[in-house]
Amino acid sequence: MTSLFLLQLLNGVQFGILLFLIAAGLTLVFGIMDFVNLAHGVVYMIGAYLAVTFTSMTGSYGLGLLLTLPATLLVGLVLELSVFRRLYDRPHLDQVLATFGLVMIITEGVQVIWGAAPLSVPMPELLSGSVPLIGAMRYPVFRLVIIAAGLLTALGLYLVIGHTRIGMRLRAGASNRAMVAALGVDIGKLFTVIFAFGAMLAGFAGAMVAPVLTVDPGMGEQVLILAFVVIVIGGIGSVRGAFAGALLVGLVDTLGRSFGPILLRAVMEPAAAGQAGRVLAPMLVYILMAVILAVRPSGLFGAKT
Amino acid sequence: MTRLTPTRAWAATILFAAFAILPMITQALGDSYLIVIATRILAYAIAALALDLILGYGGMVSFGHAAYLGIGAYAVAILGRAGITDLGAHMLAAIAVAAVFALITGAISLRTRGIYFIMITLAFAQMGYFFFVSLSAYGGDDGVTLNARSTVFGQPLLENNTALYYTALALLIGLYLLAVAITRSRFGRVLTGARENPLRMQAIGFSPFRYQLTAYVISGCMASIAGVMLANQASYVSPSYMDWHRSGELVVMVVFGGIGNLLGAVAGATIALLLEEWLALLTRHWPILFGLILVLVVLYSRDGLSGFFRSDRS
Repeated sequence: MTSLFLLQLLNGVQFGILLFLIAAGLTLVFGIMDFVNLAHGVVYMIGAYLAVTFTSMTGSYGLGLLLTLPATLLVGLVLELSVFRRLYDRPHLDQVLATFGLVMIITEGVQVIWGAAPLSVPMPELLSGSVPLIGAMRYPVFRLVIIAAGLLTALGLYLVIGHTRIGMRLRAGASNRAMVAALGVDIGKLFTVIFAFGAMLAGFAGAMVAPVLTVDPGMGEQVLILAFVVIVIGGIGSVRGAFAGALLVGLVDTLGRSFGPILLRAVMEPAAAGQAGRVLAPMLVYILMAVILAVRPSGLFGAKT
Repeated sequence: MTRLTPTRAWAATILFAAFAILPMITQALGDSYLIVIATRILAYAIAALALDLILGYGGMVSFGHAAYLGIGAYAVAILGRAGITDLGAHMLAAIAVAAVFALITGAISLRTRGIYFIMITLAFAQMGYFFFVSLSAYGGDDGVTLNARSTVFGQPLLENNTALYYTALALLIGLYLLAVAITRSRFGRVLTGARENPLRMQAIGFSPFRYQLTAYVISGCMASIAGVMLANQASYVSPSYMDWHRSGELVVMVVFGGIGNLLGAVAGATIALLLEEWLALLTRHWPILFGLILVLVVLYSRDGLSGFFRSDRS
């Protein structure tokens, strides 16, 4: 039981880290540009598909991953320069609609290029083993690598945002866009950089999960909406909030699915508990969001409503 | 801004009259598929109308209105299996559940603004989606086929496609008139005022929150009726009614037709669904074209397509 708990705890952290990689780019775009981007999930999906293609082209997952990063950065740049740039000063409704259109185009386009059937990336030989946990329980190395990569990214973001000039501009842009522009910072260029960087993070997440999850045209949407929940919980614009929110959502979702029915069994008869658990578990994160919003409408780390 | 001007009244009369004579035309053409599409259009028009009430007049961009379609649809499936087949009972149940869902999620969502509101309504709809996906008694992900359509006074009248069509049309016209009455009432004016300037409304003694929440609940209830109609039309219910793409399509319909003029929502639903049907004839990958049109419309026409349908307003 304890080792099962530990196992699910690690799974939850891994899922949370994945959500963080996606939510980080999203929250920066939300916070600084006040921009709703429904197309962020499909960038994550593009990352996974590109990883599939590059891996089979080069024969190496590592090389495939390395190629995916600049490729998704480029995707972000193209999207920003062609569409998003024109939407910053539009109402949220326009932003929602245009990015929804992009979701339709890209989701269908991916099926034209790669087909609708799920694809997968072979696990790299080097990372395909598992390490012993408690007792006979083992944990796959690759999932630990995902956790480590996510933590390193979080650390990197923390350093860049907190301790570099561009990070300083970014924070300044988040709190007062007009003032920063007046002080001579090219805010348009800053937006482009942030946007492309956020797209690369999402692409990175997609490429990282390609060996452990199936790559299919629906993968971006589930994650997108959970990333929204993460951002709402953490507070829009706060990378720290996104990190806390992502871990919280990852843990609650994973542990709720595996232990919800077990806990319910203590108060209900087994059959009913199983049914109720299956129904309640996927709803848990949304209930969590509702509760947090009821207490703190601007999220855990949000500054203003 | 929503005075039922003579122009608007005429436009409404013409549009609904066209819908009314449509079955005769399809009968003359001998095309029975058209009436099926037209019923879907009417059902979505009801939902788009409901969304326009809060989006156009209340400024609330709900990206989760598909949840109410699902609630309505499942009301038909669940009551039908329990042996309750009356259309009135189905609609009452749908409205009751939709009201509770809208009251709870609306009360939470309306504590926030702007981007938050969009994302939270989307998240709550997704919660409903997952609820029905995991409801294995009703087919889970696969959904469930209805044994029969709703009955009226114990009679299986709606099994006839034309009868179902006219029922949907009657509901649409009734709800349209109700929506017009709401927007012209004192309540509707406060709602519009709260959209324009919540602070000022508060200063003159109105609590915007209450008005917005009430409007949100009314809108949810109306949209659930569209769900009841959709379930009857397809004789099939699945969580896909609550898919977030569906919510997006509803917003698209409202914008295509012109925000905040109710009749536009009806026109928008018609345009969007006909466009879908037409593009689907051209290619299996029609969403690419639909998405492209959507992006171009948003980028190059500030008022959306609405500009073309709204010559009487600046």
